Amino acid sequence: MGIETEYGVSVPGQPNTNQMLASSLVVNSYANRTSSAGSRARWDFEEESPLRDARGFELPREPAVESAAPANEDDLGLANVILTNGARLYVDHAHPEFSAPEVTNPRDAVLWDKAGERVMAEAARRALGVPGTRPVHLYKNNTDNKGVSYGCHENYLMARSTPFGEIVRHLTPFFVSRQVVCGAGRVGIGVDGRQAGFQLSQRADFFEVEVGLETTLKRPIINTRDEPHADPEKYRRLHVIIGDANMSEVATYLKAGTTSLVLSMIEDGWFSVDLSVDGPVAALRAISHDPTLKHLVQLHDGRRMTGVQLQMEYYEQARKYVENRFGSDVDPQTADILARWESVLSRLEVDPTSCSRELDWVAKLSILEGYRSRDNLDWNSPRLELVDLQYHDVRPDRGLYNRLVERGRFDLVVSEEEVTRAMTEPPEDTRAFFRGRCLARYPQQVAAASWDSVIFDIGRDSLQRVPTLEPLRGTRAHVGELLDRCATAAELVDALAGR
Amino acid sequence: MASKDSGGGQQHTNRRSDEADEVEVADNEASDLKERHEKLSEDVDSLLDEIDDVLEENAEEFVKGYVQKGGE
Repeated sequence: MGIETEYGVSVPGQPNTNQMLASSLVVNSYANRTSSAGSRARWDFEEESPLRDARGFELPREPAVESAAPANEDDLGLANVILTNGARLYVDHAHPEFSAPEVTNPRDAVLWDKAGERVMAEAARRALGVPGTRPVHLYKNNTDNKGVSYGCHENYLMARSTPFGEIVRHLTPFFVSRQVVCGAGRVGIGVDGRQAGFQLSQRADFFEVEVGLETTLKRPIINTRDEPHADPEKYRRLHVIIGDANMSEVATYLKAGTTSLVLSMIEDGWFSVDLSVDGPVAALRAISHDPTLKHLVQLHDGRRMTGVQLQMEYYEQARKYVENRFGSDVDPQTADILARWESVLSRLEVDPTSCSRELDWVAKLSILEGYRSRDNLDWNSPRLELVDLQYHDVRPDRGLYNRLVERGRFDLVVSEEEVTRAMTEPPEDTRAFFRGRCLARYPQQVAAASWDSVIFDIGRDSLQRVPTLEPLRGTRAHVGELLDRCATAAELVDALAGR
Repeated sequence: MASKDSGGGQQHTNRRSDEADEVEVADNEASDLKERHEKLSEDVDSLLDEIDDVLEENAEEFVKGYVQKGGE
């Protein structure tokens, strides 16, 4: 799995800033000072063709790629680099985006998602050093409250054999209701936020259809983009566009963990109940618009229940599934996800404020309610909108979420030491390890890379492409020793080719 | 990023800054709902004071100036 996040970008005092340039400035500031010797690997857009894949990344006999643009040729408008932690840092439309490296579990998803926040904060800090520029602010949120939304997408690798109809059937009610746990909170109702009020989710008002391919118009609850970045015969990459960008580590942990569990159950054909709801798009918004969590949605089976109760139904299914499949052999992280999921849902049912150390929307709402009662503010007060926005500011000294953490008011999942390490180190148990370590070890020789290949320029007639179509290969266990042994990229390429 | 602090743990950016704070919070969780709510609102009051200090000036102009282009 992996999480990709577009950050809001602004240059206060300059509302007419070219956001594409500001985003490029940020990305380039990070990229230029990070690479030690000035070599910067491009992102490779070339579509991967399926290749024989005995070891996951066997080199083709005939090098597949002709010499392309040199690594150093950058265009300010196309800032697009790979980091040594295996992530992609680039400008997507008019936003800087951090696409985190592939990980195998929710805790690691939190770790590299948080590392992305630190990379963005550091990038903006470094951009300050560029003469003639004003400070660029970055926000890990999803809307400007004026009609525009930008995404935080999750990606889950699934077996190709899983019928898509089953995914739609069981995932839609889950997505309609999971915002009670992983909503980031928002001041304002409607896409332009003009209607006064508070809602659970940043994104709910921007979704218009149930299923579809779009991500920018007519956004669907279930996105059908089918671009596995892996062996398409074996895998599907479920591209989830409905989530909010979370600051809270527990929220990200539960978002990735509970969604993974539900997907496993769908893959396994476990569901014997159908929790489909009437009018999912309307239900999504109605649940979001009711922070008291009392709104009832209508199920196809005739029952009416709240978003929390609907999540509890999924929790019960998941608990039975894990009990049935793994019994006492359940891995500690899955057990932890189940325990926290149940705990949060039970407390949301009784007293949502008791989740203020865990959930973004609850923490944000309690600050907002504090302002409302202290200063007698209406929901349409610009000050409340500012609190909403600044909660997501990535700067450690100005971001309100970060201030809450500093004061010990949030439960954390990972340590800051681990996060700092994850800014430069890749996960060890996916192909991101190979990508990231190649970049760290042979910065001059990596000409380009993508999710499913690394391309070397080792001074031969053509570039050498190493495909990485199998996400669980290229791990430390698999290639760590090989990378340690090969002092140069040429040695590595030869070793992989069996020369 | 911040280099390692060799100067005796004076760093202000430690996430789990104050152990005493955490113990206090743990005690809180054990106390009953009403007490926790009172504590919570006291907490919020002192928190608001801090937020006042870091909140951007001129809220109206600031949020008006936050205009994004579409993404995804």
